[in-house]
Amino acid sequence: MKVVVLTKQTFDTEAKITLDAQGKINPEGVSLIMNPYDEFAVEEALRIKEKTKGEVTVVSMGGPKAQDVLRQALAMGADRAVLITPELEEMDEYTTATILAKAVSRMEYDLILGGWRAIDDGSAQVAGRVAEILGLPVVNMVIKLEIAGGKVLATREIEGGSEVVEVPLPVVITAQKGLNEPRYPTMKGIMQAKKKPMEKLALSDLGLTAEEVAPKVRALKYFLPSPRAQGKIVPGEPAEAAAALVRLLREEAKVI
Amino acid sequence: MNFTLTEEQELLRQTVRDFAENEVAPKAAEMDEKEEYDWTLWDKMAEMGLTGIPFPEEYGGAGMDNLSYAIAVEELSRVCASTGVLISAHTSLCSWPIYAFGTEEQKRKYLVPLAEGKKIGALGLTEPSAGSDAGAVKLSAVRDGDEYVLNGTKIFITNGGRADVYVVVARTDPDMSKKHRGTTAFIVEKGTPGFTFGKKEHKMGIRASYTYELVFDNCRIPKENMLGKEGEGFKIAMATLDGGRIGIAAQALGIAQGAFEQALAYSKVREQFGRPICANQGIAWMLADMATRIEAARLLVYQAAFLKDNKLPYGKESAMAKLYASEVAMWVTTKAVQIHGGYGYTREYPVERMMRDAKITEIYEGTSEVQRIVIANYLLK
Amino acid sequence: MGKGIWVYAEHKNGKVKKVTYEMLGAARQLADQLAEEVAAVIIGKEVGELASALGEYGADKVYVVENDALAEYTTDGYTRALAGLALEHRPTAIFLGCTVQGRDLAAQVAQRLQTGLCTDCTKVELQDGQITLTRPIYAGKAFVQVVCPEARPVMATIRPNVLPPAEPQAGRTAEVVMADDVQPGDIRQIIKEVVRQVSSRPELTEADIIVSGGRGMKSAENFKILEELADVLGAAVGASRAAVDAGYAPHSMQVGQTGKTVSPQLYIACGISGAIQHLAGMGSSKVIVAINKDPEANIFKVADYGIVGDLFEVVPLLTREFRRLLGKE
Repeated sequence: MKVVVLTKQTFDTEAKITLDAQGKINPEGVSLIMNPYDEFAVEEALRIKEKTKGEVTVVSMGGPKAQDVLRQALAMGADRAVLITPELEEMDEYTTATILAKAVSRMEYDLILGGWRAIDDGSAQVAGRVAEILGLPVVNMVIKLEIAGGKVLATREIEGGSEVVEVPLPVVITAQKGLNEPRYPTMKGIMQAKKKPMEKLALSDLGLTAEEVAPKVRALKYFLPSPRAQGKIVPGEPAEAAAALVRLLREEAKVI
Repeated sequence: MNFTLTEEQELLRQTVRDFAENEVAPKAAEMDEKEEYDWTLWDKMAEMGLTGIPFPEEYGGAGMDNLSYAIAVEELSRVCASTGVLISAHTSLCSWPIYAFGTEEQKRKYLVPLAEGKKIGALGLTEPSAGSDAGAVKLSAVRDGDEYVLNGTKIFITNGGRADVYVVVARTDPDMSKKHRGTTAFIVEKGTPGFTFGKKEHKMGIRASYTYELVFDNCRIPKENMLGKEGEGFKIAMATLDGGRIGIAAQALGIAQGAFEQALAYSKVREQFGRPICANQGIAWMLADMATRIEAARLLVYQAAFLKDNKLPYGKESAMAKLYASEVAMWVTTKAVQIHGGYGYTREYPVERMMRDAKITEIYEGTSEVQRIVIANYLLK
Repeated sequence: MGKGIWVYAEHKNGKVKKVTYEMLGAARQLADQLAEEVAAVIIGKEVGELASALGEYGADKVYVVENDALAEYTTDGYTRALAGLALEHRPTAIFLGCTVQGRDLAAQVAQRLQTGLCTDCTKVELQDGQITLTRPIYAGKAFVQVVCPEARPVMATIRPNVLPPAEPQAGRTAEVVMADDVQPGDIRQIIKEVVRQVSSRPELTEADIIVSGGRGMKSAENFKILEELADVLGAAVGASRAAVDAGYAPHSMQVGQTGKTVSPQLYIACGISGAIQHLAGMGSSKVIVAINKDPEANIFKVADYGIVGDLFEVVPLLTREFRRLLGKE
């Protein structure tokens, strides 16, 4: 079984967000990680590979730093990596999906996995768009995956519960927390990662032009939320404080 | 000069940091409190290959360099010094002498399971009257046919009780005037008849690290378990400690780094007189000094590891790294508690544990005073 | 009139979801400014009767796609239905709720229509004649304002519980258009089984009040005291990542950057330290209450009201006080 995993490098969840002089998100000094949902996707791909003797290719888009997440995936056990560096000024999910779909279309695959969303822009649409471009079905927010006889049984999260979806291969599956517990790279894995192939592609290598992938959505401006005013500590013994708090919530905050 | 780490070293740091923060840190306070280690952590470290970082793959290791090993110990110690010393003592003090001085058979039999983490290692050197004066060991080993008979005790043995394999330095020449030249190293397995554990030490810091007395009462060891040659015990012990110092220096560095990060974060959120305490120059300068000394310590530690990796002499540099990093750890952790004020003195915050943990790094594997003797000897020879 | 601002009317158990009414309010304002119509789209099996409610909340037109094959939501079936309608009528904009279903559907439809999609929007307005959308990124640590200058329709998913719902006008009716020619086609996703947790409590993302627990809860059993408080208030129960990772609560209850983003009127954080990634998920709550024994806990920096104390003591007292206030004794 050949599995392709779409991964993204994101800011660490503990990162503090600031704006730079141009009013854009300032990446300086922020530690970068593999999008946590993509880690579930990589782990699932590796488990499938271990069961079916398949091959796992990880794909990411970004600058040279994005190699770090690919290297991490290789150290976890993926077989090869593809990094696409499109060097575009403006991008949106349409751009990213168009490029990724083009890259994936050159590969052999039975299954495409990704995180259901990235924790940075959180838009949760790239994998779905890739499926649409490639003409594949998609199942999002999957917490359990079984593969047998050319079919996939995917349990996905829905509001207030879950549902089991049967879908034919090839398919795009996006991972939700709970799908698995991602492994840590082993020391041996880290040493082997360097020897595994990492293909680096520019937009032109995929036969695409900047116009073809021009974004549909454009950002006007970025801004930071206004900080919440520090509130008050309700004083007193627990019983006293509880009574006072309830009163404040009704009379002052008017939320009860 | 090149001060950048390789991609592998960077990835190793990130991996060990993730593991340390996710798996070890949440347990550190409780393990310290109960004086018990959670051995499921060992199994996870074994699976990741953290139990044999600097040894070749053919011996079950990861085939990484000593700098990678130092980084791993640093990152583990950053959240839990007991975990740092567990790996450090296992790797530097037991697996390494077997790797460096063992026969091929000994490496197959002992190094492979040690590096793979199937067994845990320890070094038995210190005795009640042979601390800094390690050449004065009295534990006797008397040849009897194809065996040696061991009698005596070792104290303050890190990983004692829990470890499966012990490198033990004993006196094979009863003539005490031969001093260190009369000593020999042996590999002793837990469970060997006549080998038992005495008292468990209750310590100020690294309380989740096991420190035991080893008792040998007519314990018979096959002669194949002699490590190196007869009379080489002290030489092996000293070479082991040269490398071990890098591990302890890395441990001290990690403790200092962890305490510094705690203090830095706290100084930004703790408000007094209507502003965060880091807005006071008195605190800000303290933080600047802490960061500077930590960085200086890091360069010394990494340099010592680099020299070892490049097969260059590193005895003096590893002593300097251990001396400096341990004193920085003590100083930084004391300041970190100070920055936390009254809260820092309580067990609600990890800095008091880190301060307790830091102290031992100035003492074990050669006190600061011994390190100065070692360094001075290099300068004056 | 023409083109139109469309609202996808998600429904569950025979009821239109609240976020639909919130979107109808915003759509009405935009449509009035653009002199266009507001249309709701409802898809399913025997859903036509929901059209009247949509009219009362401001829809001028309701497109109804009814088909037995659309009885349950499937990505393929609903994508074909909504995209098919949009290709036929070419609306100016389509809004969907930023729910599990809305997100799933929006991405597929946007790609099929070759247009942009702005997800999880918290503000919709007309600026310089352009539909301008504001959305949180980095889970609320920053915001971005975007436009979709050329491609049509402008597509967005709207975060529930943020926009004020439209005021219903009794007796107001919408023109109902039965879109019988829209066919679901081949549906590759076959729903084999649906498991719904039976809960009398509201959905986290739609709740007006949330009572949430962190590592300070110390065990899964202890969540019972939060549930008691929640039931008095008609609230949902949430949890921090620390509590979920410790196994005290399932991931479906997690609030934060790697969980759900919520915007209730009142958020009561119990034993939650206030890690930045948690604050990201609940920082847009109207009123935040924190109960924590550590006076230095970060959560107090964002809380409107705080009690420094043992939650195991404070929470039951709060439950008692609320019960008294709300006459539920």
